[in-house]
Amino acid sequence: MELQLTKKEEAFRQEARAWLEAQLNGPFKDLQGRGASGDQDTYVEERIAWGKVMGAAGWNCIGWPKEFGGRGCTIKEEAIFNEEYVRANGPGNVGHIGETLLGPTLIHFGSPEQQKRFLPPIVAGDEIWCQGYSEPGAGSDLANVQTKATLVRNEWIIEGQKIWTSGAQYSGWCFVLCRTDPEAPKHRGISYILVPMEQEGIEVRPIRQMGGSAEFAEVFFDGAKADKDHVVGGINNGWKVAMGTLAFERGASTLGQQYLFHQEFDQVMEAAKRAGAAKDPILRQRLAQAWIGLKIMRVNALRMLEEEGADLSREALISKLYWSNWHRDLGKLAMDILGQEAELLAGAPYKLTPMQKWYLFSRADTIYAGSNQIQRNIIGERGLGLPKEPR
Amino acid sequence: MEFSFSEDQNELRRAARRFLEVESSEKRVRAAMATEQGYDSAAWSQLSEKLAWTALTIPEEFGGLGLSCLDLHPLMEEMGRALLCSPFFSTICLGANALLLGGTRAQKERHLSRIAAGETTATLAYDEKNDRIEADGVDATYVPTAEGYLLRGSKHYVVDGHTANLIIVAARSKDSKGAEGVSLFLVPGDTEGVKRAWLPTMDQTRRLASVELADVVVPSEALLGEAGRGWKLCEQTLDLARIALAAEQVGAAEMCLDMAVEYAKVRTQFGRPIGSFQAIKHKCADMLMMVESARSAAFYASAVAAQADADLEEAASSAKAFCSDTFFYCAAENIQIHGGIGFTWEHPAHMYFKRAKATEVLFGDPAFHRERVAKHMGL
Repeated sequence: MELQLTKKEEAFRQEARAWLEAQLNGPFKDLQGRGASGDQDTYVEERIAWGKVMGAAGWNCIGWPKEFGGRGCTIKEEAIFNEEYVRANGPGNVGHIGETLLGPTLIHFGSPEQQKRFLPPIVAGDEIWCQGYSEPGAGSDLANVQTKATLVRNEWIIEGQKIWTSGAQYSGWCFVLCRTDPEAPKHRGISYILVPMEQEGIEVRPIRQMGGSAEFAEVFFDGAKADKDHVVGGINNGWKVAMGTLAFERGASTLGQQYLFHQEFDQVMEAAKRAGAAKDPILRQRLAQAWIGLKIMRVNALRMLEEEGADLSREALISKLYWSNWHRDLGKLAMDILGQEAELLAGAPYKLTPMQKWYLFSRADTIYAGSNQIQRNIIGERGLGLPKEPR
Repeated sequence: MEFSFSEDQNELRRAARRFLEVESSEKRVRAAMATEQGYDSAAWSQLSEKLAWTALTIPEEFGGLGLSCLDLHPLMEEMGRALLCSPFFSTICLGANALLLGGTRAQKERHLSRIAAGETTATLAYDEKNDRIEADGVDATYVPTAEGYLLRGSKHYVVDGHTANLIIVAARSKDSKGAEGVSLFLVPGDTEGVKRAWLPTMDQTRRLASVELADVVVPSEALLGEAGRGWKLCEQTLDLARIALAAEQVGAAEMCLDMAVEYAKVRTQFGRPIGSFQAIKHKCADMLMMVESARSAAFYASAVAAQADADLEEAASSAKAFCSDTFFYCAAENIQIHGGIGFTWEHPAHMYFKRAKATEVLFGDPAFHRERVAKHMGL
């Protein structure tokens, strides 16, 4: 079940494949498969170096328009590249927040000066970004952010706290949603400010997750400073900018992600055959169900990719809810198949097996980037036109 | 493989919806389901003669239009959406498919052109009233005679079996077991010794019947496909029918979603539309996720069927399992979202709920199909 490719797209695939193979079997051999979900805090420096090599060869930000340093690739080409990347066992991309969230936001809402200052280092892999959205009191209710920014002469002075910030430990910059007008209704007093991470007023405290690794962090702002001109989309217009950012997710990573899911599924199948679970009628049902679900996920994605240009299609709207549920169920199935063996670690003090890793990490899938409940609100309101809840 | 419907397929869908909104309106469905025949003869002749739906998948050399299973897909969705009461499914998806897969040139010439023209209805009688599945469930027997074959036995759960002009019967040779020895025979419904009876069913929008074969004599040219190798043919036919049924389930499930969403927008409680409550909104969101995913499963299976791919069995079982679950889920949630009115005879929600169950258990339930997929996976 493959995408239908034009000659040009096929050539693009071959070019990507050849480059990735040469690098990942050559100088970056040790990075194969490093820094995936549940393992994102490992090999960070090496992965940053890898990002620069990708940039120099023109493989970062390929979906961006050419005038901003991208290749102007279609979503289909981006999906092809992502699939090849995963197939080549490429490491977790530390630059993806800059490439997929900040970059498109600046291209759409940024001033020419901001674009000139910030886009080239993202393309080159020189500057790593993190996202300063969630706070202890602003999760699904994101508009409730309380981190405050006050303009003092030529600088924003920022006070407050962000949480669940992935990669804050190694990012050079953070785009931060700040309250800039405490008097305004909550959606209207927010600004989207670009803040350098290496400064006195910022403290990063990594948070250890249930899997044992520390991929995200708390970020404390205590008199942190940002340039007056580094507000994106205008002062007090940050909510609109933040919501726009969400709409830039085109789903190009979906095929690559499914390739990973396929590999995980194969591991579950092997375990089932080994553990004798393959003879259990109920587990057979669940394995078949998971397999059917994986194939449907692929058709959903291929249908979505063929509907380029339209507004977010129904296939695109359901994507996050679908894959996160599927992946969570697979994690549970893996453990159920192993039975008692599921408990045994790979080693002391707390070294998880790969299956245990994604079993635990998949509990986060249905929470981050819009929880299942928020996804259902979006599907109901945007996909089905159901009335909003009074807020 | 393309992963979207072509413009022609979309146009067929639009035309079908316009036609069915009139000819298979709720009122017309209720009228048809109250009859023993189970369908409206006028609507049948319209869709077969005027719209040529029965000709769609029949090759041009036999008087058809030569289109594929994928072209049929949007039409099946629309028939499901409208709960069309019609021998279309049995005639085209069972009868014509079996003939296309296993018929000799003479058999095709004789029957397919009449099916294309809407003059013959047909069905497949493979199931019986025992608790064995697949080929093991075939107890009916055939004995070769000087001029042909003698058929004996009783078939059950035959879709439109009480009205079909042509019944394709699965029977086994004496003392054979399993798939070995099963053959298919073309038996005109009015052949001497064929006794048929309507089996009243919970879902009134599609008819099942029993077919008794009391020493039925058929000529040698009644054999469809190779003698003793009929089970494979039967299975392939069933897989094509399962795929069409899955498409039908997608359309019907989507109708349940549309009904639920429409109601959730206009019904107010606590001073606001119930669709603004997450408890209702989230149900609708889940229904949408399942409907679109079911569409992917059925679409893929239709595309595989259109390419005569080796993957047919797995694709058919995957689609039938997932689309059955989806239709049942959506039909049940539709009732829940409608509250009291959804539980009445007057409201159409129950008609979808009943069709969902009927299609779920027809030609293998989801557990049967998942087990079939498991075998394909090497489990």
